[in-house]
Amino acid sequence: MSNSVAQNVRTFETHPEATVPAESPLAWSYHHSGRPSASAKSRVVLRERAMLGHLILRGGAIVLDEAVRQVLGFGLPGRPNGLTRDASGERSIQWLSPDEWLVIVPGGEEFALEGKLRKALGEAHYAIVDASGGQTLIELEGEMARELLMKSTPYDVHPDAFPVGKGVTTVFAKATVILRRPDEQRWELVLRRSFADYLYRWILDAGAEYAIGVEA
Amino acid sequence: MFHIHCPYCEELREEEEFHPKGQAHIARPADPEACSDEAWGDYLFFRDNPRGIHHELWVHAIGCRKFFNITRNTVTYEILETYKMGEQPAITAESLASTEKLAGVQVAGGGQQTVGASDSAVKDSRGAKV
Repeated sequence: MSNSVAQNVRTFETHPEATVPAESPLAWSYHHSGRPSASAKSRVVLRERAMLGHLILRGGAIVLDEAVRQVLGFGLPGRPNGLTRDASGERSIQWLSPDEWLVIVPGGEEFALEGKLRKALGEAHYAIVDASGGQTLIELEGEMARELLMKSTPYDVHPDAFPVGKGVTTVFAKATVILRRPDEQRWELVLRRSFADYLYRWILDAGAEYAIGVEA
Repeated sequence: MFHIHCPYCEELREEEEFHPKGQAHIARPADPEACSDEAWGDYLFFRDNPRGIHHELWVHAIGCRKFFNITRNTVTYEILETYKMGEQPAITAESLASTEKLAGVQVAGGGQQTVGASDSAVKDSRGAKV
């Protein structure tokens, strides 16, 4: 289990080899609050992309950029509040603060990625934290998705202020979320585990007038 | 509801995302062991409460979570500038007073305190490498 890439760092695989059932932070909410099914009337659709690999990278932009280019094939966003993705759109890096980035990769890749990054970074001054268990990602799609966001967050989500390829950490229904716009159709919200149930219920309530549907 | 410019996010954000953290540019005494009780007490407990220009430490708590400085007018609540940690303010009570003097406006009339910070405190904050 332990993997000593660097002498002074112990890493461990958060997905054990034994088959232990894993549940998304929203599992209980689906059970308790239900999942309204999406229909032709739904003008907003919510989709959870559970069990992705979330890594927090901290360190200097130049050294981290070099390492992620080498390992992932694309670089860090060059500007504050930026979001970069690979060609498939499956892997992304988002600016969180001047020395902090969020990397999201398909579930199961994060441990190998962490090892490769540690190897590429060598003796550089940096930190990598696997936050996969602490947060989940949901997508909002549909013509009224922006209306729903406008009811929930004080951040300006007009396309002029929030173009594709932007991501911010902001207030959403008095809680914190990472809000990002990977493409024209979709909005992504990265929710903290502890806020997930509250925000899920908030979004269902806010989306009720648009006949929100939840897709598995 | 008003907007504050975060110098790290490089854009205006909602006030809700920020927290004030008190007076800015307070330098920790370089050698606390050799520091007098009075100087240490001043450092720990005593803060300026000016009427007018005040330099404050704020944190972008729901956002980039970085600390930065705000120059604020405590009378009008106007935020004159925000700047990063380690930088010095472009606008101070003195710089404003001198531009107003040039414009023919009399400031600090009737012995009213508009600057707030004592001269020595201002000098200290100038030298501080916070």
